[in-house]
Amino acid sequence: MSLGTIGTIYAKEFRDSLRDRRTLFSALVAPTLIIPVMMFGIGTLASRVVSQATKEVPRIMVIGGADSPSVRSDLEKSGRFHVESASADWKTLISDKKVRAAVEIPPGFEKGLESGLAPSISLYDFDGELKSGIAVGQLKNYFNELRERTTARLLAARGLPASVARPFEVLQANVAPPAKTGGNLLGGLVSYVILLFCIIGAMYPAIDLAAGEKERGTMETLLCCPAARTDIVLGKFLMVLTGSMAAVACSLVSTGLTLVLMGLALAGSAKKVSLVPTIDPLGMLGVLGMVIPVAILFSALLFTISLFAKGHKEAQTYVTPVLFLAIIPIVVGILPGIDLNLTLALVPILNISLVCKEMLSGVWHWNYIAVILGSTMVYASAALALAVRMFKREDVIFRT
Amino acid sequence: MIQTHLLTKVFQDRKKGEIRGTDSLSLRVDPGRIYGLLGANGAGKTTTLRMLATLLKPTSGSAVVAGHDVVREPDQVRAQVGFLATSTALYARLTAREMITYFGRLNRLPEPALRTRIRLLADELDMHEFLDRRCDKLSTGMKQKTSIARMLIHDPQVMIFDEPTLGLDVMAARAIVAFVRQCRDRGKTVIYSTHVMSEAEKLCDVIGIIHGGKLRAEGTLAELRARTGEADLEDSFVKIVSMEDEK
Repeated sequence: MSLGTIGTIYAKEFRDSLRDRRTLFSALVAPTLIIPVMMFGIGTLASRVVSQATKEVPRIMVIGGADSPSVRSDLEKSGRFHVESASADWKTLISDKKVRAAVEIPPGFEKGLESGLAPSISLYDFDGELKSGIAVGQLKNYFNELRERTTARLLAARGLPASVARPFEVLQANVAPPAKTGGNLLGGLVSYVILLFCIIGAMYPAIDLAAGEKERGTMETLLCCPAARTDIVLGKFLMVLTGSMAAVACSLVSTGLTLVLMGLALAGSAKKVSLVPTIDPLGMLGVLGMVIPVAILFSALLFTISLFAKGHKEAQTYVTPVLFLAIIPIVVGILPGIDLNLTLALVPILNISLVCKEMLSGVWHWNYIAVILGSTMVYASAALALAVRMFKREDVIFRT
Repeated sequence: MIQTHLLTKVFQDRKKGEIRGTDSLSLRVDPGRIYGLLGANGAGKTTTLRMLATLLKPTSGSAVVAGHDVVREPDQVRAQVGFLATSTALYARLTAREMITYFGRLNRLPEPALRTRIRLLADELDMHEFLDRRCDKLSTGMKQKTSIARMLIHDPQVMIFDEPTLGLDVMAARAIVAFVRQCRDRGKTVIYSTHVMSEAEKLCDVIGIIHGGKLRAEGTLAELRARTGEADLEDSFVKIVSMEDEK
């Protein structure tokens, strides 16, 4: 093995890749832009949709209640609802989103309020539909307020204070520091994004440097030189790894800047802490360190797979399923309720996903970190050895 | 010098079974001579040349190139070989200078010697005008010159050409033929595969006719004509191949 030759090959591949728009896009542009677009774009859109839905005065329908006129007129006068005339097809109207919700007032409701023994009110909505949910929520609020007023009136009539019905309050407060809260909220998402870009960043260079070279006819030119096959693989592999790590670094910086910008945009807002959680920078650095062995694993694997292909298109066909296969453990890792243990610490990709989530929450399991680093390095070394072995096989390199 | 002894390459094919790309081929090429390997498509020319350039490993037999065994000392063989084929393309995103420099460094030329060598080759091949232009912007002729410079950068003793004029226009093909002659005149050991009879007639000191992976006949142009009784190389080639097929 010659470090000089590996360096020469890496330097050439680096220069070559810097001139390739597709590599630059996959390793630098996409990872930098996708996070802010997702967080700002989708976040802004979602908040606008919710805000519009909240502002809308929902159309509701009152079913029954002929003997409860004051409740009905109170609903109309509140200004919180457009009360439609009752119709027999009210269920269809809710399903067709023409009416957001319905309230069924049973006979004798108003009379029952006087004695404190009113029959139950029924609310009907389109389950899972945002505007219907808001409408039914407002109806619940209205009837809760009516219940509280009725309770207070009945207690006052008996000479009792309103506090009898609510003798104490329950208060809740967060004691975790903002970084830990943020890590817990965003840890899974950040781990997912970083691991995803770890693969995406390696994908295009791996295809271009293996299958692409074969397709363009430069592989044979390179194989004619005295460089050892192992040196060629290592030089090329380092470039694939560079693509992967560049994508990870860009996505990390982009995520950090996006959170800072979102924080500045919402500065002074009471909702700041809940909307823009901060992430521990030390946790971010730890994640970057943990991602290196997994980036080696992905780079070596994708390079090996790409070696089998005769050209770009064939390589993409082979590499795309790997992306989907890798996403499964990443997604499993961010599911709530799955905790890191010794067995899971040996499962590639899933182990990194789980430990990164923990590190971003400020929890450092040093024993698991050591097991994960060690096992991932073993997998990565095996993948790299496989890449070298495949590169030496004539039926792989000269496959026709 | 190139010397092979019963050189054989067997490929395993799932559908066709065992395929003998090159079968017990023995030949010798001396310095200052051009050996023409003449054969139809699929005759075994590329497989043979790829074994000599150490791109493929022989299944059996032996080959010594520039004093080194192709199996035991592949790196040393490649350090003494220049290989040019239609399949040896250029890196499109590198300039001609970067391309040549890259291969000079891979051949471990010291930087001052590399710069001198590039200047010398650019003078000889008249490349100064396009030396800093990207390879994907070069004309076919310029690409050929760059490939030749890439092949010559480490001043190899042995030159292997695998159908280098395939797909080239007349002028570019003539330039290649002239270059191959220069190599011989400089005392290089040259092996040149082709299926173009006129090229073999013009260039080669010795012609080996390869068919079905085996060397069917070998000799000078005059010897082959005398052996077959034909005045034309193409007729001689067809006669030899037909005779072997009948056997």
